[in-house]
Amino acid sequence: MSAVFENVTCKFCGCLCDDIAVEVEDRRILKAKRACPNGLGMFLNYDPTLQSPLVEGKEVEWDEAVSAAADILSRADSPLIYGLSSTSSEAQRKAVELADRLGAIIDSTSSVCHFPTTLGFQMVGGAACTLGEVKARADLLIFWGCNPMEAHMRHFTRYSANAKGFLTPNGRRDRTVVVVDVRPTKTAKTADRFLQIEPGTDYEVLTSLRALIKGKDINEPVGGLPSEQIKELVQMMKTCRYGVAFFGMGLTMTAGRGYNVAEIFALGAELNQYTRFFAMPMRGHGNVAGADQVITWLSGYPAAVSFARGYPQFGPGEFTSVDVLARRETDAALIIASDPMAHFPRKAAEHLERIPAILMAPVTNCSSQVANVILPTACYGIDAPGTAYRMDNVPIRLRSVMQKVRPTDEEMLMRIMEAVKQ
Amino acid sequence: MIGIIGGRVFDPMNGINGTIQDIWIKGGKIVSQEEVDPQKARRIDASGQVVMPGGVDLHSHISGAKANAGRKLCPEDSRRLIRARTGFFRSGSGYTVPSTHLTGYLYAEMGYTTVMEAASAPLVARHTHEELQDIPIIDKGVLITMGNNHFIMKCIQNGEMEKARDYVAWLLEASKGFGIKIVNPGGVENWKYGKNVQNLEDEVIGFGVTPRRILSALARIREELKLPHPPHIHGLSLGRSGNADITVETIKSMEGIDAHFCHIQFMSYGGKPGEFPKSAAVKVAQAVTENPHITVDVGQVLFGPATTMTSDAPFEFSLSRKIGAKWVNNDLESESGGGVVPLTYKRNDPVHSTMWSIGLELFLLIEDPWRVYLTTDHPNAGPFSGYPEVIRMLMDRDFRAQEFEKIHKKAMKNSILPELNREYTLNEIAIITRAGPAKRLGLKNKGHLGVGADADITVYANLENKAEMFAHPAWVIKDGEVVVRDGKLIREQLGRTLYVSPSYEKAIEKDIRAHFDNSYTVSFENYPIAPEHIGPSEKLTCD
Amino acid sequence: MGNLFSLITGRTIGQADGLHKGAGSEAHLKATALVQICQEDMNRLGIKEGDIVRIRSNAGQVEAPALKGDLPTGILFIPMGPTANELVETDTLGTGMPPFKGLRVEVERI
Repeated sequence: MSAVFENVTCKFCGCLCDDIAVEVEDRRILKAKRACPNGLGMFLNYDPTLQSPLVEGKEVEWDEAVSAAADILSRADSPLIYGLSSTSSEAQRKAVELADRLGAIIDSTSSVCHFPTTLGFQMVGGAACTLGEVKARADLLIFWGCNPMEAHMRHFTRYSANAKGFLTPNGRRDRTVVVVDVRPTKTAKTADRFLQIEPGTDYEVLTSLRALIKGKDINEPVGGLPSEQIKELVQMMKTCRYGVAFFGMGLTMTAGRGYNVAEIFALGAELNQYTRFFAMPMRGHGNVAGADQVITWLSGYPAAVSFARGYPQFGPGEFTSVDVLARRETDAALIIASDPMAHFPRKAAEHLERIPAILMAPVTNCSSQVANVILPTACYGIDAPGTAYRMDNVPIRLRSVMQKVRPTDEEMLMRIMEAVKQ
Repeated sequence: MIGIIGGRVFDPMNGINGTIQDIWIKGGKIVSQEEVDPQKARRIDASGQVVMPGGVDLHSHISGAKANAGRKLCPEDSRRLIRARTGFFRSGSGYTVPSTHLTGYLYAEMGYTTVMEAASAPLVARHTHEELQDIPIIDKGVLITMGNNHFIMKCIQNGEMEKARDYVAWLLEASKGFGIKIVNPGGVENWKYGKNVQNLEDEVIGFGVTPRRILSALARIREELKLPHPPHIHGLSLGRSGNADITVETIKSMEGIDAHFCHIQFMSYGGKPGEFPKSAAVKVAQAVTENPHITVDVGQVLFGPATTMTSDAPFEFSLSRKIGAKWVNNDLESESGGGVVPLTYKRNDPVHSTMWSIGLELFLLIEDPWRVYLTTDHPNAGPFSGYPEVIRMLMDRDFRAQEFEKIHKKAMKNSILPELNREYTLNEIAIITRAGPAKRLGLKNKGHLGVGADADITVYANLENKAEMFAHPAWVIKDGEVVVRDGKLIREQLGRTLYVSPSYEKAIEKDIRAHFDNSYTVSFENYPIAPEHIGPSEKLTCD
Repeated sequence: MGNLFSLITGRTIGQADGLHKGAGSEAHLKATALVQICQEDMNRLGIKEGDIVRIRSNAGQVEAPALKGDLPTGILFIPMGPTANELVETDTLGTGMPPFKGLRVEVERI
């Protein structure tokens, strides 16, 4: 007999769509209605059966795995706790507590997606709105260096381009969509205007937009765009009713990084002298925004935090994971709900092969191959409930659609903490 | 069991003004002497010391979306105050916006045991509650912003007051809120069109209602629902020169209905809009005095760093443009908005000096201490850790005069502060920092030391320097346990989250569900917060 | 050196789907072990679709099949994953973020 659970939240990406109808039979998910292909993949491929934890490749009892993990962490002089973006905020809170008690470095996957956004935010601030305001009011949408058609597949229908709200009753027809990118992405193909800029020129183009808004004139092409095109965009931005610029890793990963983001935040802020305008990051993993929130309220800083001195220290480039690993400054790692072996540059990832590593995750991934201790935990949003933060920082409840047989990350972290204390 | 023996007790709620009495504690409550076995009780010698109920702060931004945006925005603020972990206690950082555990520690070490989070939009209340669970020791609650709520404004527009009332009750239950907060009613909605409201008759775009109608509707709803705390109002034109007139008009507009006006210092400016602000403390204090159903807290400015954060999003935008500071804004669907701007108050700034002076004038001009409470609108006018300094200025005329000499000359010229000779007594301090706010919050077990009260007690060494005295209490007891000794934390325990759950007609849920389907991006089913998701809590009855 | 390119890495649907099958799985590796290059550059370098090319950066080198991509000239695209990671350097310029986009690489046909 199958059962259908309504209003289930999909935690695959930062959209956190909470309208999924999940059909379950015999502890397997048969259907996930309304989920996008990305979400569907997560729901259908997850196997919730209990699996033994592994220590050095051998199946062991949970107690033994916990004590092996605690042993690795207590022996280390400079442990790194990394990941957190696909776990619940309840587990994230425990992870920060563990980092505090161990004197560890804690960093989230933000480190390799929107950490430069944090740096830009700290420079100039940022004006944002919730996705419901985008749906209800936005008549100009700019997607800059991001590709929601492939990475946030329901963004258009639920929140932005095609959504219908009280000031946008005709959905797509009530909005103008502009895409700025270095290549014609799937998203670019749906846009009313696609501005293809030369790679690495985001900063120049953004600065030119700011200059024009401040009344300066520009008569030369910038980033490969004729000045008329840039001026036209400025006109659109100044005269729209409610404009939102969503940006992605096209800004955070290219030359300029945090400065690119500071520029788009400043641009958004300055436009508020003419109209309402916002600049917002497209956050990737389901609860990566939550990792920022939780680490911030517990330590004062959103990522790249070291507790080695006994109090929290913030160190971009210093306590960010890729730097820590590439410089071999950590001697043990606890990887939570993430896969640095799949996502870090080789030179950083290979240090994880050298040091003892613990992986706490619901699925097997590249990092499983190097972890000395593997703790197969439950998947929040499928067999464990919890809280996650959407890309606009709205907290949303993750439901569980089946009785869990696996321990949760939160439970595991509490047990490790107990074992570390002893 | 604990006995606090031989202290001078200040318990204004029970009319005890400095008499020497013993206080007995059992099971986390204050009990009569007969209920304890004096041989078995731990005895705390409080002779020569001052005993008061634990401090109660009814307006402080300590948690949630805005506070955390403030932390994230300003690593420079986190570097200003750090605390290393010691034994059981967690590390933390942040001077104007301390991290969560540090917030609990600092309040407790200052002798405060109950704090009301001043504002959370219901959509993000789940976040606020997550942070509150990580603020140890103190009890807390959340005021829920409703002054720009679409559902409420639509009900008012259609004259459906019962529907509005049921919705407010539903919303408080769903968000596990403590009371109604109103911030710039209608102005935040208009800000979504780049506009604001300037006076009580301005129209809210798309709803045909006015700030006056929103205020009066919510004040009446509070009465009908018998909520313990009246509507908590941040009015129109905050921070603008000449806003005292609208403040007085708003106070009068309540027409005898209970209301609390918060951080009134920011609302008491004379002069013309856009020009240098003058003190209108006399005018506002008079309006408060003449309207006995009105209470206020001050929002005293402290010189030094602050982080402004408010749901009054248009205010934050104009502040950031005026001072060139980094600006955070968040518009929240169907409900509210908010902003954050860091700011340092400087003595050599004539405006900041004037604001400082206005706050003190209000404290000294409003004669009834039961109707004015100590706040700094933390961290808007300065961090709560500055309360002891404010207490000293209120109690010590000479110290006040000395501080006055340091402010900007232009502010001095406009100030009546030197003419105000009043000095607060210890009893009055006990009123404005615990008995008064507890009474106004409707917390029957807080803010006093009578039998049955929560055993939240602070014992101070009676020092000449009142800032020193109130900064480092000798003993702080929370729920009957000693948590602070000689100004230092010795025990960590969890506090409770206080919330209300007024009854309402369940039929309203059909309308609310339809509203969610049309206007929200979160489903109706996923919006309410379950009681088990807010940690240890206490549901207050509405009667 | 006419073979200098700017490398962009990024998400694709295939890469995400591969992740669901398990990072490190056949599907994941297949979806991420490829390099997109525009027709003009393919012509210039004499590369046909499916040819294995060698890409070199300061950090390392990889070999992967070339695929025609809708890209401007001078740009290579590789889906995020193990192949791209061999090439990405670890100097984050104090930001924590390695140069996942806009990395200078050299390409040659094998």
